[in-house]
Amino acid sequence: MNRLLPFIAFMLLVALFGFGIWWNTQHDQNAIPSPLLNKPAPAFNLPKLYEPTQMVSKADLLGKPYLLNVFASWCIECGVEHPVLEAAGPSLGVRLVGYNYKDAPADAKRWLGEHGNPYDLLVADEPGHTAIDFGVYGAPESFLIDAKGVIRYKHIGPITPEVLAKELKPAIAAMLKETP
Amino acid sequence: MRLSSCGIGFSRDAPGEPRQEASRLKPLPQSTFLRLLLVALLAFTGFVHAQAIEPMPFANHAQELRFQHLTRQLRCPMCQNETLADSNAPIARDLRNQIFQMMQQGKSDEQIKQYLVDRYSNYVLYDPPLNPGTWLLWFGPLLILLGGAGVVWMAIRKRDRGGRASPTIDSRSSNNGDDW
Repeated sequence: MNRLLPFIAFMLLVALFGFGIWWNTQHDQNAIPSPLLNKPAPAFNLPKLYEPTQMVSKADLLGKPYLLNVFASWCIECGVEHPVLEAAGPSLGVRLVGYNYKDAPADAKRWLGEHGNPYDLLVADEPGHTAIDFGVYGAPESFLIDAKGVIRYKHIGPITPEVLAKELKPAIAAMLKETP
Repeated sequence: MRLSSCGIGFSRDAPGEPRQEASRLKPLPQSTFLRLLLVALLAFTGFVHAQAIEPMPFANHAQELRFQHLTRQLRCPMCQNETLADSNAPIARDLRNQIFQMMQQGKSDEQIKQYLVDRYSNYVLYDPPLNPGTWLLWFGPLLILLGGAGVVWMAIRKRDRGGRASPTIDSRSSNNGDDW
């Protein structure tokens, strides 16, 4: 037993470091868990991207769930995510609301013209003040908000086909089951 | 795409000055991209640091000191190894502006910290609060130290017992406790 002790200690360290490596491959190390999860989404009042005189508020979107997708034309990873949203958008089962973050409207429109527009509704937050209330710190980020305005799921970084299948779709299904 | 002000290992995009060519860039092969990024990082390190903090219209010198003291205790959510005071990430700039505005409104340091924690979780605090979610962080090192002390104590006891039984150790010295 005494002779085994250093070996057991060594194996415990191996297990600890192995767990650390495994754990770090399982999640995005830069992703901050949102304190807003399962809490009401912050109130907002933002202009539409294509009709800047019309405002959209949180109250306007209550009643039906939606996926709020934070994107911008300067964001390279949004270009990675975009084809996934375009392909999956109609079959998501929720509205897709685009949140144009810290972007010049002209750049955003040109970008959507080139990449396509999968969004049912587009709001613009050029100064980025409202985004602070959502805890946004970059793009892309996505919030699944239910009919009562509660944030049910958040994803930081691009929605890849894997994230779509393993996280977003189950989250939508669970939400629709609870409150159709 | 903004060349990162955070360093290597940071993958998400941060808003920068809108660049027209951004949307027309063809994706580069990753190795080329990383090499370019590295060169750019090395080239800009000095200059990025020099312009990290933009001048703000503080009411007085005391307020400026308070602002600097506060932003040094807060972590940039984007570049998680930089303080809000040092970081040149756009979200850090936005949050510095927000903190400045809240100071002008007479908010206390605690109120400002709570405002950020409500949106970006305890990650923004370099000094995390003691609560059930952080007890492992606070007491983990102590537990490991106690565990190590326990192992040492057991080893000594074993040795002590073994010493008494062992014929090689002088029986006169085994009673005064310093037989090792």
